[in-house]
Amino acid sequence: MVSVTSQPEEGRKSAPFPAWLRKFLTTCGSIAATMLGLLLVTFVIGRVMPIDPVLAIVGERASQESYDAVYHQLGLDKPLMVQFFYYLWDVLHGDFGNSLLTARPVSQDIARVFPATMELATLGVVIGMFLGIPMGVLSAVHRGTWIDQTIRVLTLVGYSMPIFWLGMMGLLLFYGILGWVGGPGRLDIFFEGLVPSVTGMVLVDALLAGDMDVFWNGFSHLILPASLLGYYSLAYISRMTRSFMLEQLSAEYITTARVKGLSERQVIWGHAFKNIRVQLVTVVALSYANLLEGSVLTEIIFSWPGIGSYITTALLSADMNAVLGGTVVVGLIFICLNILSDLLYKIFDPRAK
Amino acid sequence: MSEQTLKQWLLSDAPTSRMQARVAGLYQGWLRLTSNWMTLTGLIILTALVLVAVCAPLLAPHDPFEQDLLNRLKPIGYDDHYLGTDSLGRDILSRLIYGSRITLYIVALVTLIAPVVGLLVGTVAGYLGGWTDQILMRTTDVFLAFPRLVLALAFVAALGPGIENAVLAISLTAWPPYARMARAETLTIRSSDFIAAIRLQGAGPLRIITRHIWPLCISSLIVRVTLDMAGIILAAAGLGFLGLGAQPPSPEWGAMISEGRRFILDHWWVATIPGLAIFTVSLAFNLLGDGLRDVLDPKDGGHG
Repeated sequence: MVSVTSQPEEGRKSAPFPAWLRKFLTTCGSIAATMLGLLLVTFVIGRVMPIDPVLAIVGERASQESYDAVYHQLGLDKPLMVQFFYYLWDVLHGDFGNSLLTARPVSQDIARVFPATMELATLGVVIGMFLGIPMGVLSAVHRGTWIDQTIRVLTLVGYSMPIFWLGMMGLLLFYGILGWVGGPGRLDIFFEGLVPSVTGMVLVDALLAGDMDVFWNGFSHLILPASLLGYYSLAYISRMTRSFMLEQLSAEYITTARVKGLSERQVIWGHAFKNIRVQLVTVVALSYANLLEGSVLTEIIFSWPGIGSYITTALLSADMNAVLGGTVVVGLIFICLNILSDLLYKIFDPRAK
Repeated sequence: MSEQTLKQWLLSDAPTSRMQARVAGLYQGWLRLTSNWMTLTGLIILTALVLVAVCAPLLAPHDPFEQDLLNRLKPIGYDDHYLGTDSLGRDILSRLIYGSRITLYIVALVTLIAPVVGLLVGTVAGYLGGWTDQILMRTTDVFLAFPRLVLALAFVAALGPGIENAVLAISLTAWPPYARMARAETLTIRSSDFIAAIRLQGAGPLRIITRHIWPLCISSLIVRVTLDMAGIILAAAGLGFLGLGAQPPSPEWGAMISEGRRFILDHWWVATIPGLAIFTVSLAFNLLGDGLRDVLDPKDGGHG
C-alpha cells in the first residue's frame, strides 16, 4: 500500500516538469540565447564603428567639459559589460535611442516605415506562392521534359539576377517605355495624404477609407516591385516544391493509388500534394523572411519608404542608432518567422511530435 | 590508336594501380559533368571569365580609367566604343573587362575565408562535442539569424566601405551554413570504426580532424560553395551598388550599375550592360553548382 502511493511521487521527483513543459522551456531558452547573441553582435558592431557617438551629439566645437558630460551621460566611462546591460535594458524597453537624421526615437521611425515593407513583402510572397507551387508541381510531374527544363531555367535565372538591376530594367520597360505602372514611390504626388494613415499600408488604408482611386494608384506603384520580389521567392518555392513532390511521387503509396485506378489528378493533388503541404508552409514562411532581405535593394530602386531604405539611408549618413535599431528589428522578425515556421511544422505534422 | 588505348585505360573496370583508379575516377566524374549541356555552359562561361580577367590588358580596347568628357554617354557601337561610354566618357567594354578581375578577386577571397572558417568551426564542434559544441553552434545560430545583406551592411558600416571590408563582411555572413554542414558530417564520421582505429594508434584530435575528417567533408563543401558563389557575387554587387563595396573609380560591376542608374531612362546601356555581366557570371556558377551536385553528391537531388 505504502509502496504504491510512494511510487508516483518518486517518479515525479525525478522529473519535476512534464516532458512538454521541459521541451517548451528549452526551446524558449535557445530562442532567448539566440536573441541575446543577436543583441551582442549589434552591440559589438556599434562599439567598433569608427564614429564617435559623443561628437555626433555635442558637435565638433564643444568644450571638453560638455564632451565629458555627454560621455558620462551615455555611460561610455563604464566597463563594457555594464554598457552592454544598459543597452539590453534599453532595447527590452523598446528604446533604440534617437535617430540623428530625423531627430526622433528610432523605434517610432521604424514603426512608421515598417508597414511599407510589410505591404511589399506580403504581396511579393503571395505572388511567389501562387505561381511557384503550381510550377514546382508541374515540373515534378513532367520531370525531364521540356516543361521541367523551362521551369528549371526560369528558376535558375531568378536565382542569378541581381535584384536591383532587375528592378531598374522593370522600371525602364514598364514605367519608362510602356507606362503601364506607376513610377518609384508609393503613390502619385496628387494622391498623397488623401486617406488617413491607419495601418500604414496604403492599399489597406485606401480600402478602409473606401477611396478606390487611391487604391488603384497605390496598386499600380506596388505591383512592379512586388512582382520582382515575387519572382525572387518563386524561384525558391518552386524548386523546393519540385524536390518535395519528386520524393512523394517515388513513394510506394503512389504506385498503390495508381494501381487502384485513381485518376492522375487525384494521385497528384489528392495524394502526393496533400503530403507536402506541411513542408511547403515552412518554405513559404522562410521565403517571407528572406523577402525582408531582398527588399532592402528593391526599396532603394523604387524609392519605397520601408525599413530597407531606412537602414541604408541611415548608414550612408552615419546614423548609428538607426542602423543598429533597424538591424535588431529585422533580425528579431527573421528569428520570429523562423520559429513560427518550426511551430507550424510541429502543429501540422503529427510525426514531428 | 593511342587515344583509344588511353580511353580504355581510363575507363577500365579493373584498375591495376592506385594512380589509375584515381585518374579514372576523376575522368568519369568529368564525363558525367560535361554530359549535361547546362553544366558545360556554366563551365565554359567561367573559363572565359578567367581568361578575360587574365588577358584584360590585351583585350581591353581602351584604358578603363581614361576620361573623355567630350564623348560622354555615347551609345553602343559609337566609334570604337563597342559598348558605349559612361558619364565620364570611359569605355564601358574596357571597364567591364577589368571589372572581371575584381569579381574574381572577390570570389577568390570569400572562398578562402568562409568555407575554411565554417569547416574549422563545424568539425571542431562536431568532434569535441559537449560545451565546445554548444557554444560554437549557438554562435552559428546567431549569425544565421540575421538576414545576410543586413548583417553585411552593418559590418561594412563598422569597418568602413572598401572592397576588402565588403569581402570580410560577406565572409562573416557566409560561413554559418558551412559550419552546420561540416558538423553534421563530422558527427557521422566520428563514430565510425576507422576513426576508433586511428585513435587507438594514438592520434590526437588535431591529427584526426585535419587528416581524417577534413578530407571527407571537402566534396560536399565544394558543391555548397559553388552553389553559394552566385549569391556571393550578387551580395558583392549589391554592396557595390550601395556604394559600400569597391570605391570609384574602380570598375566594379555593381558600382557601374549604380553610376548608370541616374541615366537609366535616357541612356539605358550604361546600367544594363554591367548588370548583364553580373547575371551571366552568377548564372554560370549556378549551372556549374547544379551539375557538380549531381556528380559529387548523388544522394541529394536527382538528375533533372
